Amino acid sequence: MTGETHGLDRILARHPFFDGMPEGYRVLIQGCAANAVVKAGDYVYREGEPADRFYLIREGRVALEVYVPGRKPIVVDTLGSNELMNWSWLLPPYRCHFDARALELTRLITLDAVCLRAKMDEDPVLGYAVYKRFAPVVAARLAAARRQLTDMYGAPGS
Amino acid sequence: MRMAPADAATAAARPMPEPRQETAPAARTPDLMAPRPFTVERVTRDVSDTFTLELRPLEGPPLAFQPGQFTMLYLFGVGEVAISVSGDPDRPERLVQTIRAVGPVTRAMTALKPGAVVGVRGPFGRPWPCAEIEGRDVVVVAGGVGLAPLRPAILHVLARRGQYGKVALLCGARTPKDILFRRDLRRWGGRLDTSVAVTVDRASAGWHGQVGVVTKLIGHAPFDPEEAAALVCGPEIMIRYTVQALNDRGVSLDRIYVSMERNMKCAVGFCGHCQFGGSFVCRDGPVFRFDRIADRFAVREL
Ligand SMILES: Cc1cc2nc3c(=O)[nH]c(=O)nc-3n(C[C@H](O)[C@H](O)[C@H](O)COP(=O)(O)OP(=O)(O)OC[C@H]3O[C@@H](n4cnc5c(N)ncnc54)[C@H](O)[C@@H]3O)c2cc1C
Ligand code: FES
Repeated sequence: MTGETHGLDRILARHPFFDGMPEGYRVLIQGCAANAVVKAGDYVYREGEPADRFYLIREGRVALEVYVPGRKPIVVDTLGSNELMNWSWLLPPYRCHFDARALELTRLITLDAVCLRAKMDEDPVLGYAVYKRFAPVVAARLAAARRQLTDMYGAPGS
Repeated sequence: MRMAPADAATAAARPMPEPRQETAPAARTPDLMAPRPFTVERVTRDVSDTFTLELRPLEGPPLAFQPGQFTMLYLFGVGEVAISVSGDPDRPERLVQTIRAVGPVTRAMTALKPGAVVGVRGPFGRPWPCAEIEGRDVVVVAGGVGLAPLRPAILHVLARRGQYGKVALLCGARTPKDILFRRDLRRWGGRLDTSVAVTVDRASAGWHGQVGVVTKLIGHAPFDPEEAAALVCGPEIMIRYTVQALNDRGVSLDRIYVSMERNMKCAVGFCGHCQFGGSFVCRDGPVFRFDRIADRFAVREL
């Protein structure tokens, strides 16, 4: 993964994550942000690692995988353009839940969670603005995961 | 579910049509109850439990049909089941039907070989409103074997591509092995004027496509929700979630069409077996405009 910061303000201003967020906060968060590119097949993070970053996917696609010894990993979800990735940074013990592997060349913005957590602790209004953007994502993923559990395409009666 | 108001302010404020009535009235016409013999010309295994039959009438004209219509397919000595036509409506010489083996009759049909003879009644039911939605963006959402009844509508639209706006096909399947009509999907996806997205509920790391419920595709699909008409077919839970997601994106319920399944016997509005609220699926469906049946989706066990 390679990182750089130029053009970030433009990219962040356009990203839906910042829709309706006061510019001051966007600039503040930008202080914790960097651009990154991940090649197809490379991992962005691994299960169990400290969740000290989260990501805004700009373009590309990432699979969230569960590693199973002696088998191919199971893909439980895929995330694409404009989606948020890795909300584990919000809640102790701040550990990543899955392996995140790029399925194609993926451009991301990485956000330094340690830096942002400190800023959110200092300014709960910023904290609330960030939580308000994560809570719907977490809720939507939970609902989607529960729908997957219904196995709706399974054979009738099975 | 939010009931989006009919889109009165948009350019496309014309009232949305209901699927046309295609079936002749009830069982007054005796030949609607008499199966015609068809020969099996070809059998293709699509996915593990699903196969496609290509049939030709022993005599008489081919079976012309509208996309979304179904036949009653009779396996002599075993029984009769409702199966949608999955072939090209512009090429009716062969009757193409895609069957998932789920019970006694459909499982017995897996033994059919070229040369075998089956009985066919139909076609029956109200079709997808392909002509009526000309001028609109078209979103097709298919779950599992639900792609089979939609295939004729897709072929109809793509053969008249200029008559429609954006076309998006969104397909969900259980696993990558269960994706129906892969060759078609690849061909349609290769067209520059059509967007195809496929997602599966579960996969292992060899799969490079999307994983997640089919409703996830709706948020990103390229279509204008104010101008689109949606055609939806799949398991009933999938229909429910899909209609909700389409409606959340701004597609009003009167522009969403769904194909429903109920057990059938006569298929001509006579026996009442296929009752669904105040309608018979064989006569008033299987394609319904969703706003007409939305209340029934709120009621359990209809
Ligand atoms: C308008 C219409 C179009 C259809 N199109 C197709 C098609 O293109 N391809 C296809 O494979 N099937 C289609 N079906 C479903 C098909 O008719 C049934 O799967 C078939 O009747 C099952 O018969 P069986 O004797 O093999 O199994 P059964 O013993 O009748 O059923 C086996 C299991 O399937 C369930 N089941 C039966 N009928 C249905 C149904 N209609 N919907 C959901 N579950 C059911 C039963 O509850 C039981 O659990 C369609 C049904 C309708 C009403
Ligand atoms: S199947 Fe007899 S009324 Fe519909």
